[in-house]
Amino acid sequence: MDFDLSEEQRLLKDSVERLVADRYDFESRKRYGQEPEGFSRDLWAAYAELGLLAIPFAEEHGGFGGGPVETMIVMEAFGRSLVLEPYLATVILGGGLVRRGGSEAQKAEHLPAIAGGERLFAFAHTERQSRFDLHDVSTAARRDGESYVLDGHKSVVLHGDSADHILVSARTAGARRDRGGIGLFMVDAKAPGLQRRGYPTQDGRRAAEITLENVRVGAESVIGDPENALPLIERVTDEAMAALSAEAVGAMDEMLKLTVDYLKTRKQFGTTIGSFQVLQHRSTEMFIELEQARSMAMFAAMMAADENPAERAKAVAAAKVQIGRSGRFVGQQAIQLHGGVGVTMEYKVGHLFKRVTMIDTLFGDADHHLARVAEAGGLVAA
Amino acid sequence: MDLRFTDEELAFRAEVREFFRTALPASIREKMILGHHASKEDLVAWTRILNQRGWAVPHWPKEWGGTDWTPVQQYIFRDELQLAHAPELLAFGVNMVGPVIYTFGNDEQKRHFLPRIANLDDWWCQGFSEPGSGSDLASLKTTARRDGDHYIVNGQKTWTTLAQHADWIFCLARTDMAAKKQEGISFLLIDMKSPGITVRPIQTIDGGHEVNEVFLDDVRVPVENLVGQENKGWDYAKFLLGNERIGIARVGISKARLNRIRELASLERIGDVPLIETPRFREKLAAVEIELKALEMTQLRVVAAESRRERGKPDPASSILKIKGSEIQQATTELLLDVVGPYAMPYVPEEEGRNEPTDGPDWASAAAPTYFNWRKMSIYGGSNEIQKNIIAKAILGF
Repeated sequence: MDFDLSEEQRLLKDSVERLVADRYDFESRKRYGQEPEGFSRDLWAAYAELGLLAIPFAEEHGGFGGGPVETMIVMEAFGRSLVLEPYLATVILGGGLVRRGGSEAQKAEHLPAIAGGERLFAFAHTERQSRFDLHDVSTAARRDGESYVLDGHKSVVLHGDSADHILVSARTAGARRDRGGIGLFMVDAKAPGLQRRGYPTQDGRRAAEITLENVRVGAESVIGDPENALPLIERVTDEAMAALSAEAVGAMDEMLKLTVDYLKTRKQFGTTIGSFQVLQHRSTEMFIELEQARSMAMFAAMMAADENPAERAKAVAAAKVQIGRSGRFVGQQAIQLHGGVGVTMEYKVGHLFKRVTMIDTLFGDADHHLARVAEAGGLVAA
Repeated sequence: MDLRFTDEELAFRAEVREFFRTALPASIREKMILGHHASKEDLVAWTRILNQRGWAVPHWPKEWGGTDWTPVQQYIFRDELQLAHAPELLAFGVNMVGPVIYTFGNDEQKRHFLPRIANLDDWWCQGFSEPGSGSDLASLKTTARRDGDHYIVNGQKTWTTLAQHADWIFCLARTDMAAKKQEGISFLLIDMKSPGITVRPIQTIDGGHEVNEVFLDDVRVPVENLVGQENKGWDYAKFLLGNERIGIARVGISKARLNRIRELASLERIGDVPLIETPRFREKLAAVEIELKALEMTQLRVVAAESRRERGKPDPASSILKIKGSEIQQATTELLLDVVGPYAMPYVPEEEGRNEPTDGPDWASAAAPTYFNWRKMSIYGGSNEIQKNIIAKAILGF
């Protein structure tokens, strides 16, 4: 066991932290958010130049062959600075689905384009009725000769309005909640019959509702097994949750730092309010929740690469529970300890709070994953 | 960064596990599984089994009977010891006064006391807290006045765990009455057979006798029983309390208890449904398991950082281990109480050699007393509020 970063990992950490420190202060972020796509294309190009968009991919596809620890390093730094660019949607989800499920031709076509910052992806999976159940898919994929015809509606597709390609899950067989019979299709965002309605999200990003009406895709658009893509989707979703856990840790860490700084400078009753024990203890509780969350984010990163799907899923679900609960506590207390300024748009802490709140709802909240861990027989090995 | 155990570490775990499986006497294991206390004889026997294997004090320096295990191996050893339902060794000797003696004691003290601690030839107890000095330990009033080659010790110690069995007590006493609080305190080793020592039991709410008051009236202590320098005892005490926090997460104990709770919750039924299959209970259990997994990872992080720290300098992050570790242990006692249901009620005194059958299942009788007794965990070893003060000051910089 080894908690030390390798030399390459340390370099990665330094460079990504330097980049966000130089270019992602809170005022700049406000500007990036006002750009048409809700993020900065300049920064996206900077990530490409630094190699951040290439991290998880194999060298033959223009990547670095990095693992979950490298992703964790990047996401934690992004979390701290509230980075808006579609790293999760494009690199982790889109790139992950292609990398893990795509054919050699698909990988060769798409992964270098992702790594180079030339192509954006979105993963259209959630539906109105599915809540957090990954197997609940009603969008239909009807076989018609050599092609498939897609019909259905996809909800809250992260960065769905700016993506060049949408990865759409759709049912080729079986009933709505069957595990089998789900396929995954690469759809050009401009394909006839695909409509998207973009909107801002609570945490300052963008998402879209996507409607598919008689959208025709060729056999070359199928990612993986058209009748059994759920294991692929689950695997990449687990990786996305591990990445989000690291992002949440970065955001919580920043909230704690801002809060402690505030307590040391804000004066009331003739003294800094950080001299009051009740507030010291509250920030100590935030620190403990943060460190427990950090531990679980590391555990998730370690287990995200596990080849045993049941163990991997249980570990990542457990991390998501911890992240959800810690995020809620740290976020609420950060606001409370800041007082009024904490609930204003102009101050960073409220935006961090909103981000960790939305992270909890992504891919299943704490209650959802607690039920999964419980059903799976718990975490302690007999 | 690779958070998995290496093959060598896994092999070490298997070796340790196998040893505990075969070497721990079944009678002791059963007692521990039922949540009862190990007797003095049990603990002496078990310590000597470990000592024979060279594993009674693995965290000590090699020349005093320790090992050269890595911090990770030390962790695995502790974890397996606890998972095996083995009694923990008497902390007052192996974790508290032992390290103080090998770090600050003189050669004669090391030669005499250390092997006797490792073999539990001497039963040690801790003379720190006083009626007026709990969290504010440095306000202690027990005095040690120099009289020729003796100190004359007067005062009262309290919460002295298992003093009824003790051969020796390590005491903090004031040797310089004029100095301010933390200065002027010395660390003394006192023979419990000395004239002037009286032990009075304190009964705790579970009905047990674990803690005591110890009265010291004109107790004569030879000056060679002073550890280190006179008036420097507070430094040694801080060192000792820092060490105390390392093992205090007791992750293995909570794991073993949660495994046991899962097993018992599949025997208890609500109607035809085993308790473990009711969503409400199993989610409560899973929530504690997740907290415990997080704590285990946090502990491993502290362990990994330990190898990079100056020896004997405690990591303030170990205060997290104390706080979360005690909260989780207490949560396991609540869960067991939930499992037991009505047969939590009968009060069954825990007596050696008792052979009349208990009312209700044999595993039920300890549930409530353990719940009551374990409220102590967030109080002792520096209360959780004191731990928060430590984090606030040492980590957050207030």
